[in-house]
Amino acid sequence: MSKIDGGPPDYKKLLPPIITENYGQWKYHEIPRAGVLKHVSEKGYALYSVRVGSPRLVSIDYIRDICALADSYCDGYLRFTSRNNVEFLVSDEAKVEPLIKELEAKGYPIGGVGNALSNIVHTQGWVHCHTPATDASGIVKAVMDDLYEYFGRTDLPAKLKVAMACCLNMCGAVHCSDVAILGVHRTPPRVDHEKIRKGTEIPTLVAACPTGAIRPDPKNKSVVVNEERCMYCGNCYTMSPAMEILDAKNDGIAILVGGKVSNARTAPSFSRLVIPFLPNNPPRWPEVTAAVRHIVETWLNNARKGERVGEWIERIGWERFFSLTEIPFTDKHIDDFIFSRETFRTTAAFKY
Amino acid sequence: MPDKKTPKLDELEHGPWPSFVTEIKKAAIRNESAKDLLNLLERSYDDKRGHWKHGGIVGVRGYGGGVIGRYTDLPEEYPHVAEFHTMRINAPSAWFYKTETLRTLCDIWEKHGSGLTNVHGSTGDLIFLGMKTEELQKTYDELSDAGFDLGGSGSCLRSPSCCVGPARCESACYDTLALCYDLTNSYQDELHRPMWPYKFKFKMSGCANDCVAAIARADCSIIGTWRDSIQVDQDQVKAYAESGLDIQGMVCDKCPTRALKYDHEKKELHVIAEDCSRCMHCINVMPKAVRPGKEKGATILLGGKSTIVQSAFLSWVIVPFMKMEPPYTEFKEMVARIWDWWDENGKTRERLGELIYRLGMTKFLREVGLPPVPQMVFRPRANPYVFWPQDEIVK
Repeated sequence: MSKIDGGPPDYKKLLPPIITENYGQWKYHEIPRAGVLKHVSEKGYALYSVRVGSPRLVSIDYIRDICALADSYCDGYLRFTSRNNVEFLVSDEAKVEPLIKELEAKGYPIGGVGNALSNIVHTQGWVHCHTPATDASGIVKAVMDDLYEYFGRTDLPAKLKVAMACCLNMCGAVHCSDVAILGVHRTPPRVDHEKIRKGTEIPTLVAACPTGAIRPDPKNKSVVVNEERCMYCGNCYTMSPAMEILDAKNDGIAILVGGKVSNARTAPSFSRLVIPFLPNNPPRWPEVTAAVRHIVETWLNNARKGERVGEWIERIGWERFFSLTEIPFTDKHIDDFIFSRETFRTTAAFKY
Repeated sequence: MPDKKTPKLDELEHGPWPSFVTEIKKAAIRNESAKDLLNLLERSYDDKRGHWKHGGIVGVRGYGGGVIGRYTDLPEEYPHVAEFHTMRINAPSAWFYKTETLRTLCDIWEKHGSGLTNVHGSTGDLIFLGMKTEELQKTYDELSDAGFDLGGSGSCLRSPSCCVGPARCESACYDTLALCYDLTNSYQDELHRPMWPYKFKFKMSGCANDCVAAIARADCSIIGTWRDSIQVDQDQVKAYAESGLDIQGMVCDKCPTRALKYDHEKKELHVIAEDCSRCMHCINVMPKAVRPGKEKGATILLGGKSTIVQSAFLSWVIVPFMKMEPPYTEFKEMVARIWDWWDENGKTRERLGELIYRLGMTKFLREVGLPPVPQMVFRPRANPYVFWPQDEIVK
């Protein structure tokens, strides 16, 4: 019998020697070119990290390919970032350019460092999830193809972090991204009473509804949904397969913008809903790619140097954001959930 | 069986960004499950809906999580994904690997599953995507023998994760990798055997730039900071000035608390230490000239989570400054009190932040024994509705 609770591999045994030698003694870093970080230590060592965007869903062939590259150029050491990038850790400066040449020849995108578009963090979507309102990998591929030029640059006004989640569960911090692409359901769950009777714990199911829209129906040994109260979060479906939430005709995409997690300059903040619904239009979701590009380009053309999307919008005002982008402002943009009041304008000062 | 056509997915092999479809096709050359996944996904692109059934309990001996059951709702048409489970593998701190480590994982996975992975999933685990029930135990046994272990899933401690920290960053204010490894090993039972109202996440960032988004998605966010003043190297300030950086415009004017004064003539930067809120902006713009202070540690924040159920919460401050050095006794004792309180009071699927919100911060602070300090709030309450404790009332 195998042992249990062995824990993860010890990171100390997986660090390249240059890191072990200079651990905690890094002095500063520079960005010598797009996609490359140069870290210099107190002792004068220089470590080059070459960042490559991956599709996150990768085969073992891909992993073996990047391992072969890391063996040739990095003495067999590499790491991954929290945004699905591969970082080749090069301790010999002479190997940086040859590595970059080989990566380019093989079609690996180099970028995502500094004031660039970073790789999109995303979820499973139709590839492997049971509650998605859309696919994730497909939209990410389409958006990154469309915005590709911004991944390999360093001259955007600030960092640009895009995230994608295929339903409101948001397995990833999409709610604090410069641009968040979010799968949304728009219709209440259809109750399969037979399935409920077969094995759903009704009190747990009732308690799972954030708006109290689900009531027990003891006569039927099932539940009823007050459809007017439902905001289609799908939490009930996670609790019970009897609460079918997928709806091919009505599921789609919402776009939220202006969030960030860094504390630099301004406090971390949530992304805000700007486009409540776009249709699912696989394989390339043209409505989504066009909307994201439009928002990104409006930011590029109007933001001051150093302004993240949310900082730009807060400076000009959300009312100006809607007029500049010509995105229609509707009743869907006004919050009517539990923490809505803090979003209402309690001042007579505003713009047109 | 002849290969089915996948025209919609084939379209996603075009364009400059690397294609996940190409990855699935690579795996499909050797593996029937990967081939069926491709065909099933094409079906989803036609039907505009997912074709995975809800959950299902599967696992390996000794563990209550780490494996997520997945079954297609069209098993007759796509028999090789009738069972297509996920296994989460606890990644090393800050996702550092040797190639031999990754190759070992690839060899195990080639033998037992689809050959498809996520490197990494959102929580930070390395994901084996798609295996049959009968392969689960065998896969685990080989992983375990090779020195790997499962990550968390369900209502447990999820695999802690951390930023690159002192391994490769000059801004790290504590050793995120060491803390991540220590907590992961200290809480193996909590990680592997779900026993709580809902999930619990630790995420560790070495500074307030928060590169792992700890504040947005961890129930307990541990964010590096310092307590004294930033350190300024005036020679480097001059070098930045001479290189053409607009120090007044890009550094001082963007300082949120106006704590920096730039002397144009002397090309010197001065900080009003008591006004600095340690946001990292000046350090980000001038990393050679400005550095964190010397008295380093972390701010502990609680309650972060995504939208489900009550709305998204950002973590909020509960300890402004704590030293973060092994054996982390102060931190672990606090965590034990917090977990007890959550376990005692939390409802099913209620994250810690939602529970604190429901019962009140004052009750939480009193019952877990944390002193109230002004750093916890942006501003004090505007209403006078204080729930006075009985022992503070004259009887």
